[in-house]
Amino acid sequence: MNTLLALILIGFAVAALAVSVHKIFKAATPYILALYPLGLTVYFFSQLSAVHHHALQFQSSWVPSLGINFDFSLDGLSLLMALLVSGIGTFVVIYAGGYLHGDENLGKFYLFLLLFMSAMLGVVLADNIILLFIFWELTSISSFFLIGYKHKYEDSRDSALQALLITGAGGLALLAGLILLAQIAGTTQLSALIGQADIIQNHALYPVMLILVLAGAFTKSAQFPFHFWLPGAMAAPTPVSAYLHSATMVKAGIYLLARLHPALSGTPLWIGIVTTFGAFTMLMGGYLSWQKFDLKKILAYSTISALGTLTMLLGIGTKLAVETALTFLLAHSLYKGALFMLAGGIDHETGTRDVRILGGLRKTMPITFVATTIAILSMSGIPPLFGFVAKELVYDSTLHMDSAAWLTTAVAVLANIGMGAAGWIIIVKTFFGPEGDTPKHAHETPWTLWIGPVVLAGLSVLFGILPDIYGSGLLNDAFHVFFPDSDKHIHLALWHGFKTPLYLSIVTVLGAIGLYLVHERLLPVAERIDQISAIGPQNLYKRGIKALPVRANQVSHIIQNGKLRNYLLWTTVAGFVFFLLGLWYSDIPLTFRASFNFAPRYYEIGLSVMLMIAAIGAAASSSRMASIAFLGIVGYVIAVFYILFGAPDLAMTQFSIETLSVILLVLAIYKLPRFAGVSTKLEHRRDAIVSAIMGAMVTLMIIAATSFPLESRLSPFFSENTYILAKGHNVVNVILVDFRGMDTMGEVAVLVIAALGAYALTKLVPQKEGN
Amino acid sequence: MFSLLFRTATRFLFPLMIVFSIFVLFRGHNAPGGGFIGGLVGAAGFALYIIAFGTEQARTAMRFSRRLYMAIGLTLMLGSGLVSLLAGDAFMTTQWYSIQIPVLGKLGTPAIFDTGVYLAVIGVTMIILMSLAED
Amino acid sequence: MDIVLAITIGVLVAAGIYMIQRRSFVKLILGIAMLGHAVNLMIFTLGRVTRGVPPIIHGEHGLDVGAADPLPQALILTAIVIGFGVQAFAIILIKRVYSVFQTDNIDTLVNTDFE
Repeated sequence: MNTLLALILIGFAVAALAVSVHKIFKAATPYILALYPLGLTVYFFSQLSAVHHHALQFQSSWVPSLGINFDFSLDGLSLLMALLVSGIGTFVVIYAGGYLHGDENLGKFYLFLLLFMSAMLGVVLADNIILLFIFWELTSISSFFLIGYKHKYEDSRDSALQALLITGAGGLALLAGLILLAQIAGTTQLSALIGQADIIQNHALYPVMLILVLAGAFTKSAQFPFHFWLPGAMAAPTPVSAYLHSATMVKAGIYLLARLHPALSGTPLWIGIVTTFGAFTMLMGGYLSWQKFDLKKILAYSTISALGTLTMLLGIGTKLAVETALTFLLAHSLYKGALFMLAGGIDHETGTRDVRILGGLRKTMPITFVATTIAILSMSGIPPLFGFVAKELVYDSTLHMDSAAWLTTAVAVLANIGMGAAGWIIIVKTFFGPEGDTPKHAHETPWTLWIGPVVLAGLSVLFGILPDIYGSGLLNDAFHVFFPDSDKHIHLALWHGFKTPLYLSIVTVLGAIGLYLVHERLLPVAERIDQISAIGPQNLYKRGIKALPVRANQVSHIIQNGKLRNYLLWTTVAGFVFFLLGLWYSDIPLTFRASFNFAPRYYEIGLSVMLMIAAIGAAASSSRMASIAFLGIVGYVIAVFYILFGAPDLAMTQFSIETLSVILLVLAIYKLPRFAGVSTKLEHRRDAIVSAIMGAMVTLMIIAATSFPLESRLSPFFSENTYILAKGHNVVNVILVDFRGMDTMGEVAVLVIAALGAYALTKLVPQKEGN
Repeated sequence: MFSLLFRTATRFLFPLMIVFSIFVLFRGHNAPGGGFIGGLVGAAGFALYIIAFGTEQARTAMRFSRRLYMAIGLTLMLGSGLVSLLAGDAFMTTQWYSIQIPVLGKLGTPAIFDTGVYLAVIGVTMIILMSLAED
Repeated sequence: MDIVLAITIGVLVAAGIYMIQRRSFVKLILGIAMLGHAVNLMIFTLGRVTRGVPPIIHGEHGLDVGAADPLPQALILTAIVIGFGVQAFAIILIKRVYSVFQTDNIDTLVNTDFE
């Protein structure tokens, strides 16, 4: 049984039911819905021992011919991510109930949140490239709805759209990259890629594929130059920020890098791009984080910095760096998830997130204060918290790089100093000093808002003191996904002795305190530097978004101006040019000899001339009746042609239709306007030329086509089987009612729809107008 | 248009055209003809009736509502395809029965299908013509 | 014979295109019908014309040598009927447009909304 598929489908089902659950159970909704992630968490914990050194595979076929299957696999890496998704998810579901208490759209909120949760599970559990992509896009879409949850605010809508466009564009690149990857490797199974690393990396298209895949991962994980959607996404309700935009979804890009690491990493291109972009993003996030005043913005930029760190580590790609990345991943999710929820709690109770207004909350919100302090200390890398363990490892990794070790280490230290300062700003400005003049009078949050952060902060302490619970457990199994052949056994420790990383940590902490003390004086300087952002990616995006409809309008005005004649003009000219080009470059011989399969008789030529005269007459006549009569002649002469050339069925149809047509036109004609001679002489001439070109093109096309003998495999089939299979003698009729009966039914349905439309237009419209 | 001569002629022509249309419908399997052509000939007969006697009379001459013609037509077409499902074949697999019917020949689902086409075409054409004629 | 038909079809197409370029609604409808005729005849010609032998099976096996190709005929047969349906729908639609807007100039209908 495909347990993982079932778990994800259950998630979709729960999401679909969320609105109804909220209608029925009202306030109890969060606790009911939290049972789903809680159940997942329990299940995934129970699998901890199962993934030890091997992966659990679950397979069901979907479109096997295209290599798209419901293949899932659970290994150390997936399990780590799945535990984050379900564990933090449980707290977020409960938290959202408190945070959005009384919101009438809460059901809808849970719909999207649970949709995201299931999709995210799909991303981390999928073992099929295309399946992964589908879930990947689902997370983008649910993120769009969640950011735009307060859709009455323009800001929310813009941010949602911005996030969707950027992650969506990246998603397209990713799809292209993944398809290329599957083509190169000859498999769509992720777990099979690892054995193909040599083939993939030596393939000529490897650079193209890598850049496309990285574009997907970088947009999702907010790497420079795509980082700016993440601060914008802070318009989402805080539970969303805590869950999607710090703990899980933004880590999807990191997860993808990690998942493809064994197959793609190690080349100079990978190391160069991934490490550089990661390091730059890390530095930029750290630099910008201490300049913000909005709690969530501060956290957003420090998240960008952390994502940059993770990307950089995966770029370095050594065993030590991977071990570090996996440690840092967990540490960051624990403290950042907690911090977002705490910031939301403060916002909820005081009515503001602005650190310039907040102050003195340490007495009124003691639980929040303690939890925040622990989480911030973990973020700043202060022992004995888990963040310290992770940061020591980061420095250790950068110091052991093959090249640019000191430069990268310096960048890491600077980024961490920035983040550290941001941490001090949060603690000191929010909790100390005089009480701020906040919109609401502050008091402690309800338990639903602090239970999640307190548990997460507690875990930061637990893993800090006893890091090997994680280190020799899950981390080890995740590590061996990257290096299956390695016999290294990982041990994490709080204390590494007096070595360079420790000194760097001390420098970092002191630097952060120093930066905090002078940061207000530095703000004007930073503002001036910030003017570079006029040419930054966010401004480019904004200008592009503004210009897009304007340009689109201009183009539409040229090619879609509502005048049929202009369309025809363009179509004709373009069609003719391409037709001539096609004739020129193909070797279709315009030999008329082959087309003369039999010589025309004099009456056939006579009929043709009659046809042409009638056609020109219909076009040229200024009388409606005469035009209809000419058209009737055209129809009847064509019917005669059908008789002459062996198509009695067509002739009969044509005769009856022509009769009905004339009746129809005569019935309608007196209710329709007369011909108006509004066109100028010049227009007439132009139209005549356009028509003549089109006519000539068709003639040439027919001559070109009929200069080949026709090779039909269908016609002989029908000819041979009409009597044998369908017991009929009239092949045309048998094709219609038997061989292609389904088509005929569709065609009759079209007729019926046309008739109903005609009926509605004549009978039903006046009544509608009366309303 | 409402000349006596035309009306009298129509009185004779109309039943002939209807009978002829049915004849065309059923001979279609083996000779030129079939549901489309039969339906159009039948519709032409009714059109004649409209011109001679007006829409109200034509409506009476049709006996059933035009929508019913279309509905029965489509139902027959779909139904003839569903028969094969009962027989355990794929949708629209032709079924033949060994009953010989005079004039019509062997009975099979294609004949039912073609009759459906015939009725639907009459219904469609008459809806369109009458909408225009009445408006 | 093909070349005669090719030229004839070319003239039909030209006439049809010329008609739908006029601003008059009636010409538009007639032009569409004309194009329909032209295209039917074109499919017929592309299926290679033969003189006089309809695709009716005599005896038990296959068509006689030289019989017309039944496949284009089956295509055209439904195309004729559907063309009629479309033409009828267009007539009624335009009649409706005319009664609402009271204009015969297609160019005045650039906007899709009532004004």
